Amino acid sequence: MSEKPKIALYWCASCGGCEESVVDLAEDILFVVDNVDIVLWPVGLDFKKKDVEAMPDGSIVASLINGAIRTTEQEEMARMLRRKSQVVIAYGACAQLGGIPGLANQFSLETILKFVYEEAPSVVNELKTRPLERFKDNGRTTELPGLWNVVRTLDQVIDVEYYIPGCPPSPKLLKEAVLALLSGHLPPVGTVLAPDIALCEECSKKDTKPTDLKFESFKRTHLWEVDPEKCLLSQGFLCMGPATRSGCGALCVEGNMPCTGCYGPTSRVRDQGAKFLSSISSSIGADSVEDIDKILVGIPDPVGTFYRYGLPGSMLKRKVVL
Amino acid sequence: MPNHNTEKQWTPKIVAFFCNWCTYTAADLAGVSRIKHAPNIRVIRVMCSGRVDPQFLLDAFAKGADGVLIGGCHPGDCHYIEGNYKCLRRFQLLQKMTTDMGIEPDRLRLEWISASEGDKVRVVVNDMVSKVTKLGPLGLPDKFKSWDEEMKIFEHSIEEKEVFEHV
Repeated sequence: MSEKPKIALYWCASCGGCEESVVDLAEDILFVVDNVDIVLWPVGLDFKKKDVEAMPDGSIVASLINGAIRTTEQEEMARMLRRKSQVVIAYGACAQLGGIPGLANQFSLETILKFVYEEAPSVVNELKTRPLERFKDNGRTTELPGLWNVVRTLDQVIDVEYYIPGCPPSPKLLKEAVLALLSGHLPPVGTVLAPDIALCEECSKKDTKPTDLKFESFKRTHLWEVDPEKCLLSQGFLCMGPATRSGCGALCVEGNMPCTGCYGPTSRVRDQGAKFLSSISSSIGADSVEDIDKILVGIPDPVGTFYRYGLPGSMLKRKVVL
Repeated sequence: MPNHNTEKQWTPKIVAFFCNWCTYTAADLAGVSRIKHAPNIRVIRVMCSGRVDPQFLLDAFAKGADGVLIGGCHPGDCHYIEGNYKCLRRFQLLQKMTTDMGIEPDRLRLEWISASEGDKVRVVVNDMVSKVTKLGPLGLPDKFKSWDEEMKIFEHSIEEKEVFEHV
């Protein structure tokens, strides 16, 4: 049997959407399977951790890891795959920037556990039982992974060569990345494998975007009807298109939902949230402190709005006092 | 609380972005007029307060500033017509955001100081230094380090486990 390049797929703190995006390759997945050997893919195939551990270091061509890092198990697997792989790709918004799980960096671990196991309206837990990291029963010890206080991006834990952005990444980006890996023509380390232009550039509503935006109020999509012909920003909806990398084909905007920024910033921007905040607020149509405040009422949760997919990877990373 | 100068008493570090046409000139005037103010500010000259990208301010905090001050021309006086209005709008939203992130509002301040108001530089700087001194150090670089301590503990336990498994 000829040696095909080996690829591993793994998930950490993520929803499983990134795994879906692999299946979304549709017929192209046959091309992938023809050309590479998948050696680990817990969602799709039955390989064991010890099989991968037994492989020589550096024998996997590329590991595509999705999800943020929150537990000790995730760290352990990420570090193991790092050792076994020539290239590690942070796959999806959570691995690249922290993603939706990264919003937990606004709360302490205790606050989260207390809510989930005691206070959530759907929970009945009179004994206030919580999972233990170690539990002994009949002389056998069961272990669960420990939880960290901080949610981290993949590159805050291990070295990462490339990033594929998106929540989830489009199958097109995955296919292009696999082709690049097979051809051996790889871009410089640290590259995000997606077009380096803002989403507005590929938006079909681009021509209706005014040069001078002016927000009289900020609208939320569940309260207002969207005009499908016009730029969402010009209608007062917070569309992150100007501060978000393209590559998704403007899927949300085509469906008349504003961009929420899952593809992260372009290479010219360090902190996507701060940049979008800057772009949006400078176009507020008011000049006095009071009038500006009245319009800002339309953005009740700035952190959740501007850092929806990128809090752990942002400059501040986490709420300062926890 | 981490203390940067363990020997001496801690004093705040404040990064100040002053616009070339008004506040920087005012600070210059304060100097020429030998007006004394607290020495805690590090002034960075920008062409306009409208040039102050919120990324600059977050970066200053992330790199160890205890407070950030922006100085621009009075409303209506901007050399570039409306740069200071843009700055004001950004400032108000950014302060809302940083407050949600746990940075006290007093650590971020915007002031209009015209070229002739050398004494206002003194009043504003002294007032901000006293307010930030009361708040104490923000110390984000130290916080980032202490947050990552937990990783070291786990790294250690993983290494032990791996040594064990390889035997």
